[in-house]
Parts: sequence; structure tokens; C-alpha cells
Amino acid sequence: MSDAAVPPWRRVIRNLRDQPMAVPAPPVDEAAVRDLATRLAAAGVARLGRGLALHVLDAGDCGGCALELRMLDGVVYDLARFGLRFVDSPRQADVLLVTGPMTHALRVALQQAWEAAPDPRLVVAIGDCAIDGGVFKGSYAVAGGVETAVPVDLVVRGCPPTPEDVLEGLLMLLGAVSR
Amino acid sequence: MSGIAAEIRATPGIPCRPWPRHVVSPERWAALSGTPGLALVALWGDTHAVHALLREAVPPPDDGMVAVTVSVADGRYPALSPRWPAAMLFERAIRDLWGHVADAAVDDRPWLDHGAWDIATPMVARPPSRPGAAAPVAFLGDDTADCVPIGPLAAGVAASGQFRLFLHGAAVARMEARLGYLHRGIPALMRGKSPRAASRFAARLAGDATVAHAIAFARAAEAACDTAPPARAVALRAAMAEVERLASHLADLDALARAGAAPLLSAPCQRHREALLRAASRGFGHRLMMDIVVPGGLAADLAPEGEEALRDAVAALGRALPAIGRLAEGLARRLAGVAAVPAAAVAALAPGGPAGRASGCHTDLRRLPGYRPYHDLNVAPVREVGGDAAARLAVLLAELRDSARMVRTLLAELPGGAVVVSQPIVSGEGFGWAEGPRGDIWTWLRLEGGQISAAFLRDPGWLLLPALEAAMAGSDPADWPLARASFGLSLAGMDL
Repeated sequence: MSDAAVPPWRRVIRNLRDQPMAVPAPPVDEAAVRDLATRLAAAGVARLGRGLALHVLDAGDCGGCALELRMLDGVVYDLARFGLRFVDSPRQADVLLVTGPMTHALRVALQQAWEAAPDPRLVVAIGDCAIDGGVFKGSYAVAGGVETAVPVDLVVRGCPPTPEDVLEGLLMLLGAVSR
Repeated sequence: MSGIAAEIRATPGIPCRPWPRHVVSPERWAALSGTPGLALVALWGDTHAVHALLREAVPPPDDGMVAVTVSVADGRYPALSPRWPAAMLFERAIRDLWGHVADAAVDDRPWLDHGAWDIATPMVARPPSRPGAAAPVAFLGDDTADCVPIGPLAAGVAASGQFRLFLHGAAVARMEARLGYLHRGIPALMRGKSPRAASRFAARLAGDATVAHAIAFARAAEAACDTAPPARAVALRAAMAEVERLASHLADLDALARAGAAPLLSAPCQRHREALLRAASRGFGHRLMMDIVVPGGLAADLAPEGEEALRDAVAALGRALPAIGRLAEGLARRLAGVAAVPAAAVAALAPGGPAGRASGCHTDLRRLPGYRPYHDLNVAPVREVGGDAAARLAVLLAELRDSARMVRTLLAELPGGAVVVSQPIVSGEGFGWAEGPRGDIWTWLRLEGGQISAAFLRDPGWLLLPALEAAMAGSDPADWPLARASFGLSLAGMDL
């Protein structure tokens, strides 16, 4: 446990002794990665190398998906060890993670963010809402899924998906683009 | 009780549990606003009426709650916003959803409606179609030369909403928020559904307070049906709500630590939050405990291994809290004086939640009006008077200690028995309330033959957002990320 009162040398020894806080990487389905790689190759996605810049876009999320995504960027799931990192602008992003059922009010903003991202931009729909509108399907205020506004390359199911589910999807993407 | 609220209470009202709804004349309605000691809690529309929930500052055990209704004539009703600034956002939302116009309102711009829907006033019986492109959002004093525009899409992992910091020299003269981007049409989606089916929407109004919103909704449905959930469900709901509060406060501390560049504080917050979510997942099968609280009780009982896991996670957090408190000391110095809510805004809005309690407000629904099982738990009256981000940090830390204690007590004394009772198919009206991690949550609904005919869910953000706007005036624009993180607003909860 971190403690400001502990002298530095004891903290060093403790950090050498203790296990890292990060959880092991989830297993990734090899067949699914091959399938995804074929699809991305067919779509003309160039090799991005072993590192992806991620940008999260909220298209009407209740906040549940955002809470779980925020956990990815921290000591427990430690995205950085896989070469994945969050960036603050779509202009720097390789992958757009989109949450929410796609409200009509955000359609233009989301399309502008997608246009701003450099090619080849990959879009991952995070959560049941982003896939088809989820429980909000049929409402006058939502289009029902991110696909209605921008092309989607990968979906991660769940309401909300666990950080492990999202990590698995991202590792599949990483495996597929660096193949 | 004294004055105008007592007079209203003495008149016969429309049956609604626990507070009857009193129909008042437009004159009486207008006279309510600005009454000393009376505060607006919620304001919402109905087919031909507008309802308000008010709270009078009276000594306990009287809860001081009064529900009033004014009829809408020719699509108009008297505005409350000239003397109650808290009413402004509600009046704009009522106009967007129900089409009722508040006469002499302070602000008549749209709020939830950006012109992007295919229909206008979606809550009326036959909404008129309105095809057309979305109009650009208008801000007051739209002077883009001296303005920092933020959003609608956020830079980090944050909710969509527009904020503008209007600068005067190096300081923020005024901040204005424009939300509605996350409006999913929840009041319309709930209509015609059974309370059980509609509770899925209440659970997804604001994902960061899913348990608390589900509890407020379930309690409203139970009040309307005049049923009571079993004792085990009541205790488990409270345990879940306190675990959610722990996890949410840790997430808010983490966000604050990140915004304030305090990674040493961030790490234990993330680690203990994750431990709590995993324990919740083992106990209820869902990390955020979504869809477990339903009208009549719980959809699932706590799994025995989850009980053990929750106890361990909370005990570990309890042991770590002194160290977390020490790590937060440096951050507290950075936060001193950041985005202090002015006393006038506190008096006018009476905001709830940790942000309200950090500004000297007493609002805590677990204490007053109170609900089962908190009467037996002696909720600590946490209160700071600074009103700045450091005071909000202090409230979060104090509430972590108190919630950890309550979870331990609740789990140690869990009653046995069933966790759900069936709900009768009846007609009725009820209020429900719950203290969420970010503040006071209120739900009102009306059942007709077992189906919801009208419902309104009031997130704490409705009063916290104007408080944040007031707090930003005079601030350094560079403090915006700290100010926003310290309020921990749920934009989705306000956007319905």
C-alpha cells in the first residue's frame, strides 16, 4: 500500500518484493484474430505496427461504459504494457472507441471527429448501446447504434462490457493489424 | 410548519404517496417562488399540468416536503425562475419535452432539444413532426473572441456536453454549460411499460449511480402500489448503494488525482475500486450491480461467496483509508480555493450531494426525509463550509469512512428471508428517493392499471450544474479540469 510516511528505501524494497497490480492479459481467440485480420486487409487497412492510439467518443453513453473504459487506463489493466494508449484528440488516434446508442444530437460531432482521425481509422463500438441502440432502440432521440453514423470495424458486447472484454477486443485488433 | 407550505398542506390533495399532490392556482404557484425557507427540489411536466416538489426548512422529524401542481392553460403556466434560479433548467426542459411555456421565464432557449429529432415536444400525445437540420447551439453573449469552447465531444474519457468559459482578462467571467447531447428519451420510453420493465431505463439514466437511481425508481413504484420490499432486500439495497458510493467516490478521487497530477493517490483509488467492483460481480453477477434492484425487492440474492468478497474488499479499503487520506493532503493544498461555490448560489440552489455538503448544505436524503434502513445506521452528518474543491475532497474522504462502516454493519446483520415480493397491478402515484453518490435522487411516477403513464427522474445534476457555473465565475480557466472533476457531475443523468 502506498504510504507517504514510508521512507524511500523501504518503498523500493517493497516494490521489488510486491507483485505488480496489473492483471494478466485476457486470452485472445486466435481464429477471431485471423478473421479480423482478413477483414481489415480486405478493407485496405495498412500495418499500424505494434502500438495503437485510442480515442474515446461518447455518443450518448449513460456513463457505465466510460467508467469501465477509464479503468483500462490505470494501474490495474495497464494498457501501456500492450503498446496501447489513450490520446486526447481524434487527430492523433488510430482507433476510435465509441460508446452510447448514437443520439441524433451528437451525429454531426461524431462524424466530424471521425473525419478528423487519420486513415486508416478503425472504429470499435463499445457496449450493447453502441451496437444497435441497446435498451434505447426505437427512441425518437437515438439513431440506434454507431454504425448509423460511421463505419464500425469491431464490436465489444456487454452492458457495460468489462475492462477485460474491451482489452480482449483491443488485443485482437492489435494482433490483426500487426499481422 | 409555517406559512405558505402549511396552508397548501391543509388543502385536500390528489392521492400520491407519501406526499399528496396539491393543485394550486397560478397566482398561488407564482407566489411560492422565492418564499424564504422554501427550496425547489424538482419541476417537471405532465400532459396538461406542471408539477413541483418543494422542501421547506423545518425542524425534524417533519420532512417539510410539499408537492404542488398547476394546470397548464393555453400551453402556458407561470414561471418560477425569476425568483428561483434553480427552476431555469427545468423550465427549459419542460418546454422541449412537453411544450408547456413558462410565462416570463428567465431563459426561454431550448435545453434538451437541439432540433435534431424528427419530432417536436415528444411527450405530447401526438408529437408534431419537424424534419430539418439541427440548429447551432446558442450561448448567452456569444462572444467567441474571449471564450474557451469545450466539447461537445470530450478530450479524455468523459461525457459529451458543451461548456464555454467566457474570459475577462485571465479570469473566467462566466461559464455556461449546454447539455442535452445525451438525451435518450427516457421519460417517453418508460410510458406504457410495467415498473419492472421500466426499471431498466432507470438503471441506465446515469451509469455511475445505477444502483441509487434504481432504488429511487423502485421505491416510487412501491409507493404507488403501496407495497413494501422484504427486510433482506432493504438491507441489501443499502449495502449495494454504499458499495456504489465507495466505488464512485474512489473513481471521483481518482479523476481528481489525475486532473491534479497526483498519481500516487490515483493508484490505490483504482486498485480498491477494482477490488470492490470484482466483489460486486461475484456477489450479484454484475460489476456495477445494474438491474439487480427492481420494484418489489431484488432480482437476485447476494451469492454467499460474494458476501465474503465484499466484506474483504471493504475491510481492505478501510485499512487503506488513512494512507489515502495522507496522500490526499498534497492534492488538498492544490485544490484550496479552486471553484468555490459563492454563498448566494448555495442559498439560491440548495444543492445536494458531496458538492452541496462541502458548501454548508445539510441535504442528505439518508438522514432527511430518510428511508429504511438508514434510520438504524446513524449516517454521519458530514459537512464542510469552504465550498471549494478542497472541501469537496474532504467530504469524499469522510464519506468513504462512513460508507465503509455502514457496509460492514449491514453485511454483519443481514436479515434472512426472500428478496422480492410481487407487485400488484394497480393505479396510483408515488415518490421515491435515494441518496446517490453525487447527491439526492428523486423519482415520481404514476401507474394506470399497472403501467407507467408518467414518470420523472430527477438527478442531482439539475442543481449541481448551476452551482458549478456559479463556482467557475472568477476562476482561473486552467482550473476547469479540477473544478469539473471535483463536482463529479453525471451529464447523462441530467439529459434524461
